[in-house]
Amino acid sequence: MQISILHKAFQQKPVLGKIQFELNTGETTVLFGPSGCGKSTLLRLLAGLDIEFEGELTHRETRLGVVFQEPRLLPWRTVYQNVAMVAPDKSARIEQLLEETGLQNVAALEASKLSLGMARRVALARALIIEPEALILDEPFVSLDRERASQLRLLLLDIIERYKLKALLVTHDPYEAVQLAHQILVMGGTPSKLQQRIPINLSAAERRDNTLIAKVVNQFFDRPG
Amino acid sequence: MAAFAPTELLPPPWQVFERIYDEISSGELVYHCMATLGRVITAFTLAMVIGIMIGLVMGLQKAIGRFFDPWLLLMLNLPALVIIILCYLWVGLNEVAAILAVTINKIPNVAVTLREGAKALDRDLLEMARCYRLSKRTTLTEVIWPQLTPFIAAAARSGLALVWKIVLVVELLGRSNGVGFQLHLYFQMFDITGILAYSIAFIVIIWVIEYAAVRPWEQHVNSWRKA
Repeated sequence: MQISILHKAFQQKPVLGKIQFELNTGETTVLFGPSGCGKSTLLRLLAGLDIEFEGELTHRETRLGVVFQEPRLLPWRTVYQNVAMVAPDKSARIEQLLEETGLQNVAALEASKLSLGMARRVALARALIIEPEALILDEPFVSLDRERASQLRLLLLDIIERYKLKALLVTHDPYEAVQLAHQILVMGGTPSKLQQRIPINLSAAERRDNTLIAKVVNQFFDRPG
Repeated sequence: MAAFAPTELLPPPWQVFERIYDEISSGELVYHCMATLGRVITAFTLAMVIGIMIGLVMGLQKAIGRFFDPWLLLMLNLPALVIIILCYLWVGLNEVAAILAVTINKIPNVAVTLREGAKALDRDLLEMARCYRLSKRTTLTEVIWPQLTPFIAAAARSGLALVWKIVLVVELLGRSNGVGFQLHLYFQMFDITGILAYSIAFIVIIWVIEYAAVRPWEQHVNSWRKA
């Protein structure tokens, strides 16, 4: 899956410059950068929500599972219905998916009654039910407490490995980036460009080792802790 | 007591209830209330359907919304009486003109409420629907409609109150049955007991509609908001 953005402007003001990369099967690419560096803008282009830009995307026909930063569930529908709505005739798989994402006990609950962490899980299950080739996630762990964020990261790690997905994740948290990424693309500047590509070669077991990840984070990001 | 409040001007309650009983027994009250209720329901339904469509188009299509905004403002502020008189003059002193007048009076209120509803639609959810390639039909019934129902309920609530008042005026001016006609008749005969009897009977009907239909529905469509 090739992504090639050359230029994107909002009201004549350039926000994105040249950004080219590739998504590979079973690998996670992390877009990393400070708030306001155009990460979310880039995701909107990739998700096909904004088509006014110069460049080329090869995945027009690809099934994309999009997980927005806000879960964007239908509050008047149950967890089960929210997932079923995007894939009406896969009931057996819905049950299985709800179990995998730890939602089996809240399947009949209205989405408006969920905590943010649970709602994010539903959004993830909804993205997975369409059997996507690629998964796009916009800051899926932001505003969660440490414990919940950590659980959700491990869940995501499992799912990407199990379903051999091409995943693209946006974050501004170095720890998240290192734990999940096979490559980290650092964005920055005005207009925002790819400034650096950091490959992360960790095994599946190493990605679940907190001390090791912290060490790698320090090595690349020069941050105390 | 009687010297301060002569019974012709302020009849005691039991006289009014006695009159209600008499009018029910003779079948008069039921006949006139049914005539009025029929007009209320017809005009209300028409105004809701047309008003919802106009409001949605104006809210979703910005250019159309801007173009028709001054006209909507005009219709909102045109006195009900003017519309009623013009309808009777142009269409004739008949049932069609009566219903038309009430409907036209009510449409702008519904349209304004639904225009706000359409403007307040959650863009995030619409984007989600696009991303997941939901069909137009599913988007409409699953994503858009539930967000509009509170606005429709609000329009229905204020609509019912407006419609029945206008129906009475329409009947008073140009119909030969209905509660409005009866009120006019008793006004000419200076029969205050009769006027109060019909007023109370009709208020009771409106209460029943409000508590048996409008409120429960409103509560139902708003339930997901109280998370």
